[in-house]
Amino acid sequence: MHEANKLTLRQGATAAWPICLGYFPIGLALGVLAQKAGLPWWAVAMMSGLVFAGSAQFICVAMIATGASTPAIILTTFVVNLRHVLMSSVLAVYLQGVNRKFLALFAYGVTDESFAVNLTRFRKGEWDRWRALVVNHLANAVWVMATICGALAGQFVPQGALGIDYALTGMFICLLVFQLQGRIYIITGLLAAALSVLWYLLIPGDSYIVGASMSAATIGYLLKRRHRRGK
Amino acid sequence: MTFSDYLILFGGMGLATYLPRSLPLIYLAHKKMPQWLIDWLSLIPVAILSALLAPSLFADAAARSFAFGKLELLVAIPTLVFSLKTRSLGGTVLVGMLLYWLGGMVY
Repeated sequence: MHEANKLTLRQGATAAWPICLGYFPIGLALGVLAQKAGLPWWAVAMMSGLVFAGSAQFICVAMIATGASTPAIILTTFVVNLRHVLMSSVLAVYLQGVNRKFLALFAYGVTDESFAVNLTRFRKGEWDRWRALVVNHLANAVWVMATICGALAGQFVPQGALGIDYALTGMFICLLVFQLQGRIYIITGLLAAALSVLWYLLIPGDSYIVGASMSAATIGYLLKRRHRRGK
Repeated sequence: MTFSDYLILFGGMGLATYLPRSLPLIYLAHKKMPQWLIDWLSLIPVAILSALLAPSLFADAAARSFAFGKLELLVAIPTLVFSLKTRSLGGTVLVGMLLYWLGGMVY
């Protein structure tokens, strides 16, 4: 393999490892639940291959277990994944003019986790689209394998081993810290935290993620603009 | 459920997942974005990360009620401090896991 390609792969993998670490226990748990809901292992493989979306997959398994209809599950998936509209729009700022084939391949792997990791690096200016693509697809490969492992043998894995359930929370905390590049970012983050908790408590479903983040970003944007005009 | 039942279900879910991820990216990457949109989008990551994290730290998922002093929150504080001091992603993940693991034994 060409040296430059090797470097891209290695740097992509270095960026992706916290995601992979975090995906493993979640994927296992999903596989176990799916198996309990009556899904054969190949159906779990098919689901993770076609639908790379952890939270939507958990909801799908729960809905299958309660006998929900196919259209209801698909519609729920759509609503749960709407937050990725925001993430893809943010990523478009860093992928201006990139050819559509690449974007079509890249978009498949845009998740909360890969978005946060790639965006942080794009912002620092040390990242390119190929490294970002490695992150997306490596995370996806681990996810598919973990869910299949869970479906086949998940019930033999002890719960909560080594605090691994906290891996993604820890990763999000650190990526949040990386985003705090000035007062307006801190204010927006605090607003989003308060709004999301309130929204989460008052309104059922998952709308709190999109609702709170769009509201907080809008308030933050208006504050910033007013501040600039005031000068 | 048969093979084709699963294929229809997961195929539909796949589209419902893929389209929200691909359409904005493919559309916006080939369009000159107005400055206000870029400014607004620059605040979205911090807001989304906060909105993903905060309810898991301050609310009980099963009862969907406010909860103050969950282990997740207690561990988040030193993890946050560590991450502010070191700016190390890998280190933060490992410290968070270690504290959560130890905390689970005594909490």
